[in-house]
Amino acid sequence: MEANTRSTGRLPAAFLTPGSSSFIDFLADHSPELLPGNRRLPEGIVEAPHGTTIVAATFPGGVVLAGDRRATMGNMIAQRDIEKVFPADEYSAVGIAGTAGLAVEMVKLFQLELEHFEKVEGATLSLEGKANRLSTMIRSNLGMAMQGLAVVPLFAGWDEGKEKGRIFSYDVTGGRSEEHGYAATGSGSIFARGSMKKLYRGDLTEQQATTLVVQALYDAADDDSATGGPDLARRIFPIVTVITDEGFRRLTEEESSELARSITERRLEQPDGPRAALL
Amino acid sequence: MSTPFYVSPQQAMADRAEYARKGIARGRSLVVLQYADGIVFVGENPSRALHKFSEIYDRIGFAAAGKYNEYENLRIGGVRYADLRGYTYDRDDVTARGLANVYAQTLGTIFSSAGEKPYEVELVVAEVGAEPEGDQIYRLPHDGSIVDEHGSVAVGGNAEQISSFLDQRHRDGMSLAEALKLAVQALSRDTNGTEREIPAERLEVAVLDRTRPQQRKFKRIVGRQLVRLLGADDAAVAKTDDPSDEAAEE
Repeated sequence: MEANTRSTGRLPAAFLTPGSSSFIDFLADHSPELLPGNRRLPEGIVEAPHGTTIVAATFPGGVVLAGDRRATMGNMIAQRDIEKVFPADEYSAVGIAGTAGLAVEMVKLFQLELEHFEKVEGATLSLEGKANRLSTMIRSNLGMAMQGLAVVPLFAGWDEGKEKGRIFSYDVTGGRSEEHGYAATGSGSIFARGSMKKLYRGDLTEQQATTLVVQALYDAADDDSATGGPDLARRIFPIVTVITDEGFRRLTEEESSELARSITERRLEQPDGPRAALL
Repeated sequence: MSTPFYVSPQQAMADRAEYARKGIARGRSLVVLQYADGIVFVGENPSRALHKFSEIYDRIGFAAAGKYNEYENLRIGGVRYADLRGYTYDRDDVTARGLANVYAQTLGTIFSSAGEKPYEVELVVAEVGAEPEGDQIYRLPHDGSIVDEHGSVAVGGNAEQISSFLDQRHRDGMSLAEALKLAVQALSRDTNGTEREIPAERLEVAVLDRTRPQQRKFKRIVGRQLVRLLGADDAAVAKTDDPSDEAAEE
């Protein structure tokens, strides 16, 4: 790695060898010890902070991906303002639930993988290609997942070929499935999914879609102790991102606080949130 | 043909340098200029797919004249170096200076090792700063020397002539349209002093734009935007001496 470069000052042979456009493949050849999957695993269960709930929903023209801000370790809140939703590249985003440290590292490597490919090839991967790449990375983490260090992301992006927003969910083995309409992952996902099931429609506007996901996060926080609701006192609000054909955009703090405030206000009158019709 | 038993080191190096220079001179020259909002790369390149300019990292761009397969190899090596360094340390720890040093060492070792043929390439590594004073441009000739440049730089066969042309006319704080037109003017002059016309579709243009909101500042300028920047009609470009088309800049 770095040491090799320094010893002669010259780029090591591996850097100039024609090869694949994948940064992970390059690491595997050149400095395998830097790959998370190649680490030696200690015995037993390791306890580390866990990220909790990520939700996503599509709307005509794009897709919304959002996450709460809480990380927990057992019954303790490890962090109140963790960020769990990241841009993967200009047209996609990834939200992570599971062991926070590993997940953040995986996102960093994933972002780099997409960027590296883009720079070397001069073209971006297809959305499907990106989703598959993430699948491989989760699979390589299976050993650690068995010890309780699982990472389960939610991947969403704008498909330029199909001209629509798409969502992919994963399991710990790297199994990938495309979700239609809405999806959630993490400990609060059961409640978030129930919430979205009642509220989701195929013809939402971008603004309605962002409201939908924040409502779902509120419901998840309402019933799951590991998910954090909007913290008005500390001004910590969910991270909401929107991806359209114009690319990735994260709602500003002003926009997301406004959204969270208006939802919280309505919940003061109606604690269970908006009602769906009985029939 | 007979092989002499002894060739003096001076002669051997001179031969290798001449070999490399001839190779580089076969291709078209390209120029790199500072302008108010960043650094612009301009070259004549009929290919849409095989680039002379590319992104290495957030604020770092790469330009090369000479043999395609050799500079492409160095470019990918640079991308790997930058990505690995950014991954190991931090994105801020990837600098043009570091990259230029690695390239200089690589080219220098290849140039002076008897077993390898010298690379027929001349590179430019540029980094755009937050302010114009922070811009860095390094020129790397085939022998691994390294030159810290300011304002404007030209590489390739006709580089000396183009450089002196640019030195006289380039000034700090030019708009992108002005810098681009000056660059095209410089490239349009042939060795014998005659001017020819380079149509927009034969130009490859890229910028490192410090005003981009994204972390990655490299951007290609193509199609309509390029034509607009060059002034509405191509024919006027080569003749324009006083580019006053401010409105054309995006």
